[in-house]
Amino acid sequence: MARLIDRIRFGRGLVLLLCGVYFAVPMAASLYFSIDDNKGGTTFRAYTELLNAPGFTDSLVLSLELAGVTVAVLLLLLVPAMLASRLGAPKLRPVIEVMCSMPLVVPVVALTTGIIGVLRWGPDYLQDTPLFQTIVAIQDPDFPVVLVIAYVLMALPFAYRAIDAGLRGVDVVTLVEAARNCGAGWLRAVFTVVLPNLRSALLNAAVLTVALVLGEFTTASILGFAPFSVWINSNGKSDGQMSVAVSMLSLLIVWLVLLLMSAVGRGRKAARS
Amino acid sequence: MTTAPTPVPATASAAQRGGGAPGPATPTTAPTTASATAETAVTAARATRATKAPRPGRRRAGGGRAWLAALPLILFFVIGFGLPAVAIAIGAFTTSSDAPDGGGTFTTDNLTGSLQGAYWTALWGSVKLSLLTALIATVVGLPLAQAVATSRFRMFREAVMSASGVLANFGGVPLAFMFVATLGNSGEVTKKLGLTAHGWNLYTFSGLSVVYLYFLVPLMVITITPALEGLRVQWREAAYNNGATALQYWRHVALPVLLPSLLGGFVLLFGASFAAYATAEAMVGSSVPLISMQIGDALSGNVLVGQGNLALALGLDMIVVACLVMAVYLPLQRRSAKWLA
Repeated sequence: MARLIDRIRFGRGLVLLLCGVYFAVPMAASLYFSIDDNKGGTTFRAYTELLNAPGFTDSLVLSLELAGVTVAVLLLLLVPAMLASRLGAPKLRPVIEVMCSMPLVVPVVALTTGIIGVLRWGPDYLQDTPLFQTIVAIQDPDFPVVLVIAYVLMALPFAYRAIDAGLRGVDVVTLVEAARNCGAGWLRAVFTVVLPNLRSALLNAAVLTVALVLGEFTTASILGFAPFSVWINSNGKSDGQMSVAVSMLSLLIVWLVLLLMSAVGRGRKAARS
Repeated sequence: MTTAPTPVPATASAAQRGGGAPGPATPTTAPTTASATAETAVTAARATRATKAPRPGRRRAGGGRAWLAALPLILFFVIGFGLPAVAIAIGAFTTSSDAPDGGGTFTTDNLTGSLQGAYWTALWGSVKLSLLTALIATVVGLPLAQAVATSRFRMFREAVMSASGVLANFGGVPLAFMFVATLGNSGEVTKKLGLTAHGWNLYTFSGLSVVYLYFLVPLMVITITPALEGLRVQWREAAYNNGATALQYWRHVALPVLLPSLLGGFVLLFGASFAAYATAEAMVGSSVPLISMQIGDALSGNVLVGQGNLALALGLDMIVVACLVMAVYLPLQRRSAKWLA
């Protein structure tokens, strides 16, 4: 029996070691690559010159703007719908669930083909209608609204799951009834009672969405816009070292934020019980 | 980050609470039935009717107008998702506007063209790559998830789970660059070990597989961990008390219970790998034939004159494969959910 346990321990150690090597080596090698000056020394050029790189700030600002607007639109659309499905219209729940799962079925590339198909209707059929102006307007390279639409669709499943998990932990119906019995109006009940209880779920959904938008490449590159990930890719052709440095940074930042959030969530849960 | 639209549970906690099939006994319905039974106690005559129709909406003010709050989402979805879907459906079956006849007439040439020649090679290449990587990731991910899930250190478990969440979603361009820096032609590991002399090349089918595993294995860990946590300690103890070895326990107890989850995970990984675009695009361009690359090429106008709608047909092919994947995945997930309850 003792030998069996030893064997299991050993096996576990071996598995963790092998996988650890597989996952750590690319990170370590990339880190080294980003500071390697190819003469045996180290240089932090890739990190110090980052801010001066052509297009870096522009693309990052565009990505951050897109992320902010996407989160706002997503939450404004999703939260009222999900609350309504819990509070007053339970028949809506399966509808919303199906709607929020549909984007999973369609690969992003295929969704992009569809979007391009719709955008082509503009010059093809709608030349003389005001819709044509709309189609031109949503493709403004300074702030491509069409990307926001695509990103909201892509983030729907993730955000839905995050908020749904939050709603499962909170008895929204009782909360709202209690607030209403105390004389609160509907808006007041939702804003001062329900939403604060969903804070960590909303935060979770928002962070996932931000991470998704910052890393999204497929749609933006095919539609020809230049947010952050597209910049990393095109810049990598001229300055590989810097792109690797940026890749590492973005990975680390997202991971740290997620770790922090799970720590915050745990702290709150512990405080409540 | 989502190179692939994968139904990854938001976090570990979201996964544990059951991201999949909605449990029937949620807090929403509980108070409704409770009050319904209270009603039955008062008026026994109407008991059957009351339990049959608790009428949850009537009790609450504004219930009739509640669906209005969902209207913006529905409208957005119809426009944002419905229109592109219609565009694909129409476009795939009509000639494109640069065709000699002016476009718009019904044809199946796009679809047949998308299943021939280079496009068929690419579709088959995608399927092969996805099958291979999904299989490896399943086989590697299960022991890894087991090793992590049974770890005694809570911090370690949480760090691995959140790292898996990041890696599974955050594929794409950064991942490609990391591997170019590591195993590419002038990558650090390639230079140190002189891998090029041994015939190593990152920009091939096998090179791409190694890269894909980097986000597929974490995805498997996330998917399978809830199932592993559903394995009761008692089952293992019972098996050992009856004289089973560890191997026999896994062969006759654990694996059969895990099988639906494993298959579901495999299918999910297949879908993720199949849909991935950014990693391959940033790394190999179109030197490895993949369907998502071909679509990107075709959309950039890299097709023959008059075949502009071919890209839409390719998109349709991809959706069909993804639908098949989901049709297999959803029943499996529902079955595995039974054991996790």
